[in-house]
Amino acid sequence: MRFNALLMDDNDNVVTCVEEVSAGQEVIYYRGDQICKIQVKEMVPYCHKIALKTFEEGDEVVKYGELIGKTLQKIEEGCWVSDKNIFSVPRDYSSEYIK
Amino acid sequence: MSDMQFWGYRRKEGRAGIRNHVLILPTCACGSESSRIVASQVKGAVNIVFNTGCSDVAANTAMSQKVLTGFACNPNVYGVVIIGLGCETVPHAKLREKIQGMTSKPVVSFGIQEEGGTLKTIEKAVRAARDMAAEAAMQQKELFDISELLLGIECGGSDATSGIASNPAVGELSDLLVDLGASTIMSESIEWIGGEHVLAKRASSPEIHNQIIKVCEDYEEHLKAAGQDCRAGQPTPGNKLGGLSTLDEKSLGCIRKGGTRPIMEVLEQAERPTKAGAIVMDTAGYDISSVTSMVAGGCNAVIFTTGRGTCTGNAITPVLKVTANKHTYQWMEDNMDIDLSEIVDGTKSIKQMGKEMLKDIQDICNGKMTKAEVYGFSDIAVDHVCRYV
Repeated sequence: MRFNALLMDDNDNVVTCVEEVSAGQEVIYYRGDQICKIQVKEMVPYCHKIALKTFEEGDEVVKYGELIGKTLQKIEEGCWVSDKNIFSVPRDYSSEYIK
Repeated sequence: MSDMQFWGYRRKEGRAGIRNHVLILPTCACGSESSRIVASQVKGAVNIVFNTGCSDVAANTAMSQKVLTGFACNPNVYGVVIIGLGCETVPHAKLREKIQGMTSKPVVSFGIQEEGGTLKTIEKAVRAARDMAAEAAMQQKELFDISELLLGIECGGSDATSGIASNPAVGELSDLLVDLGASTIMSESIEWIGGEHVLAKRASSPEIHNQIIKVCEDYEEHLKAAGQDCRAGQPTPGNKLGGLSTLDEKSLGCIRKGGTRPIMEVLEQAERPTKAGAIVMDTAGYDISSVTSMVAGGCNAVIFTTGRGTCTGNAITPVLKVTANKHTYQWMEDNMDIDLSEIVDGTKSIKQMGKEMLKDIQDICNGKMTKAEVYGFSDIAVDHVCRYV
């Protein structure tokens, strides 16, 4: 079975598809050695992200095991996560310095 | 000596060059066209198009001087022919003296107002460059250990394949080079933002950890002072189309190209490293400007990852362009040097590709030309602190 999406870290709640996928299509990715599948609810272009869970507005989106932004609206599982529905959160630098 | 070497040119200061260019260097924008014409007449000469160098506040002048002197001192340069106008902030004789204080390579200079116009200046400059190129051609190559190499690491026109495949593969290459005693510079501090806490974990000391955080905080403050926000320009429209939705996502992918080895030094723009190993430099995310700063910092070669495709090249330093986006590689093969898409297909590992690129870098050091180099491309962009005056 050929994978068509990549999970960058076990803590991620999105996967990146490595081919364009259409509504109803199954996306296959690896979580470690384990094969996982998710049904896509809308067309997602090559290289774009698919929600692995249903996000409420303001939820954190995680890729590479790190926060990449928060949701601007509800995003259902299997839907397209993009610059249209997530935003960058300002950094809190003061907490990052080694005292 | 490691088991990896390359044939290069020894400079009097001891550093190794991988090219032997005669550099035709304008002091300011007004010398750029004459420099282009001189370089076109002399085989072995390259020129820079400089868009600044006059009517600047002190901080901008300091930046352009760092870039000009850094270009002249880059070990890929055999000698320098400077062309100035005469009324610019730092005229040709002053720039020449500054460069002569930093390196013992041949440097001559001419002023267009002094000489009585561009034709008379070009005539003298062509003669000087011709003699320099003839001498440069006599210099024999010597064998250097790969540890003499300073590689710049850049990304531009990124898409999601960059963070997934090409950047980590270049990160692997950086680790291999650092383990062989060589040095690498990763720049583009705007593209650390959102991943700066991850990058800072690689710091070799708490001071360097804090420097990395401070570079990002200061960058945001600098833009805020001008009423601007980096998130308005980053990610770029092309990045967004390529699946990068936020600056944070772009940054977390970007920083992977620097590898995993401890960060030994944090440099200002266009500054020459004082340490060996993995180094980072505070530059713009604008790829052309970032490459300009790393070349001024002394990089011999630059490896450049892209997703959307780019054509850029630098006159002094070969720029090797790699992509893991198969469509981009095939569609823009005339500009792409290496195809890394097998990583995305799952047929080759990141480690394997990193190792293969080590051989590509050795080839570039030994004289193999990159595509942008064969085309004679010479892109530069000098960063500015504020408006011209």
